Amino acid sequence: MAATEKQPVTGAGPFNGILTWVDERFPLMATLKSHLTEYYAPKNFNFWYYFGSLALLVLVLQIATGLFLTMNYKPDATVAFASVEYIMRDVSWGWLIRYMHSTGASAFFVCVYLHMFRALLYGSYRKPRELLWIIGMLIFLCLMAEAFFGYLLPWGQMSYWGAQVIVNLFDAIPIIGPDLAIWIRGDYVVSDATLNRFFAFHVIAIPFALAGLVAAHLLALHEVGSNNPDGIEIKKSKDPKTGIPLDGIPFHPYYTVKDIFGVSVFMLVFAIVVFFAPEFGGYFLEYNNFVAADPLRTPLHIAPVWYFTPYYSILRSFTINFFWVDAKVWGVIAMGASTMIFFLLPWLDRSPAKSIRYRGPIYKTALALFVMCFLILGYLGTQPVSEGKTLIAQICTAIYFLFFALMPWYTAIDKCRPEPERVTK
Amino acid sequence: MMNLLLRALARVAAGIAAPVVPPLVLAVLVAAGLVMPPATWASDAEIRLEPAPIDVRDAASLQAGARTFVNYCLNCHSASLMRYNRLRDIGLTEQQIKDNLLFTADKVGEMMTIAMTSKDAADWFGPAPDLSLIARSRGADWLWSYFRGYYRDPASPTGWNNTVFPGVGMPHVLWRLQGDRVLKQEVVRDAAGREAKDSHGNVMKTAKFESVKAGTLSPAEYDTVVRDLVNFMTWMAEPNQMLRKQVGIWVILFLAILVALSYVLYKEYWKDVH
Repeated sequence: MAATEKQPVTGAGPFNGILTWVDERFPLMATLKSHLTEYYAPKNFNFWYYFGSLALLVLVLQIATGLFLTMNYKPDATVAFASVEYIMRDVSWGWLIRYMHSTGASAFFVCVYLHMFRALLYGSYRKPRELLWIIGMLIFLCLMAEAFFGYLLPWGQMSYWGAQVIVNLFDAIPIIGPDLAIWIRGDYVVSDATLNRFFAFHVIAIPFALAGLVAAHLLALHEVGSNNPDGIEIKKSKDPKTGIPLDGIPFHPYYTVKDIFGVSVFMLVFAIVVFFAPEFGGYFLEYNNFVAADPLRTPLHIAPVWYFTPYYSILRSFTINFFWVDAKVWGVIAMGASTMIFFLLPWLDRSPAKSIRYRGPIYKTALALFVMCFLILGYLGTQPVSEGKTLIAQICTAIYFLFFALMPWYTAIDKCRPEPERVTK
Repeated sequence: MMNLLLRALARVAAGIAAPVVPPLVLAVLVAAGLVMPPATWASDAEIRLEPAPIDVRDAASLQAGARTFVNYCLNCHSASLMRYNRLRDIGLTEQQIKDNLLFTADKVGEMMTIAMTSKDAADWFGPAPDLSLIARSRGADWLWSYFRGYYRDPASPTGWNNTVFPGVGMPHVLWRLQGDRVLKQEVVRDAAGREAKDSHGNVMKTAKFESVKAGTLSPAEYDTVVRDLVNFMTWMAEPNQMLRKQVGIWVILFLAILVALSYVLYKEYWKDVH
């Protein structure tokens, strides 16, 4: 559309002149319309639909607090630990910025896990949203990388030994493994060189990728339209005159005001953690990470932060060498597969119904089992290993993978109820 | 725990949109003892720690603790992340700090460091960790139990051992205050006179201390000294903790009002939907 064909902006406010001037040179009104005021979202969103916008909020929060932390943090192995405490003690409101950032890391994973669980509940990854799901998975992988790189920066014992354990996993790759691990670390052990490059990835590379992927995620969402708790397409029932979905409401103002409420509740919970339980019982800030990194003293028990523990449990659950391949290699393969397998979901699911509301008992049971195993694996990952715990982790790992491997079969035979024509309350 | 998980999952699987906030659920589970906090000092798993009776708002106790810390700890141990003039926060003036506490530094703006290098320490008797954050890594309860867990042990190189930290490298620095004690362990017997065993099959023993030589303080006075010291170390590990909680109350009040207002706004807009 040529700029001359545009209509002047005629709003209620005093800025019509400026807005018209901008709109003649930039697709301002068209963008606002297509993404907010005339983006029609299903009217039946429930609790689970808050977490997308909340994840976006946390991303902004992490970038803003991260910016201020960077002003005082020193990515140098000799002073990194002390510089974090300098922020905690001497920088004005530094403790608040730091706790917001450390709590934000956990909050990010809470939001993203619940956001992904929502997709499992209502089949949000199904056609036509496969690419939306894949972009979302890429965001999830970037988020894990971001968290991993960021966790080394405080240079505490858990930072150091956690990074040591994870980078050593690359050692397990046949032939190129040992050289690859050295290439990643930039040294034979995790050291100042590793800290510097992790810092670079944490503050530049991954945040850039995250921002781009989030933009792509939203564009893809607005192209195909939002799914909803009934798992039906609102675009199928449109008003014949206006062409607007009958069950759709403009995102702005309806979902903006609803999300403001969600954001307020989230901030309240977030503030309770930041101000009254920033360590969160050792789950958000591990106690051992208040000890400066010591390359000569390996902690008795090395555990990653809670959001990585399910995968860590899967890694540890491989204890036997199969087919002449080392157990550690199988563990690494399984850990990688446990995150990558989500990419295949759109093609593994053969259920005629998208939403759990109309799916049969088999999928409901399978999902409940899967979530239960995920939580148990997460808990076991925080604990030291024992024979009994390893056995439980092995059973849970098996169920975790069977959930995906058997999905084409059990979703096809599951007895689904017919989906409604229009969304229900 | 399984039962609880199952019940929670039944709700989730049914797609019930309860406004359950996962961190709070976890907090409740941790509080109820259903979920163990992540283990950090695995060797301590079997040791029962006593809760430390501390209060970081008690300025007099913090000041007494600071004095004990500077006199007894800050010779071998540093607190290199802590500035002397931060002690103004617990009610001391700069002059008081200068006159009474400034042994190892010249200016009150300096860090609480020591002259001994960590290499020398390691060469002479083993590592002496920096104590700035020890209350955050070990916990106040651990410190409280540790300072009250020393006993005479002729088998150890220093002549001292500790119930909380078996084989501890540091001798009992507060021994003149507490005096000498020995550990008396007795096997716990059940009603039938058999040895009682814990869930791991270990023979259960009670630990009792017996005073051999009295110290300069009574047990109650010694406990007060230790409480003040642990209180100070807990405060020092996060000097902003009182401010954090004070600010937090106002932030939460503000956000509670925001939640109420945004809820009303949301309901007002949504009147015309459905």
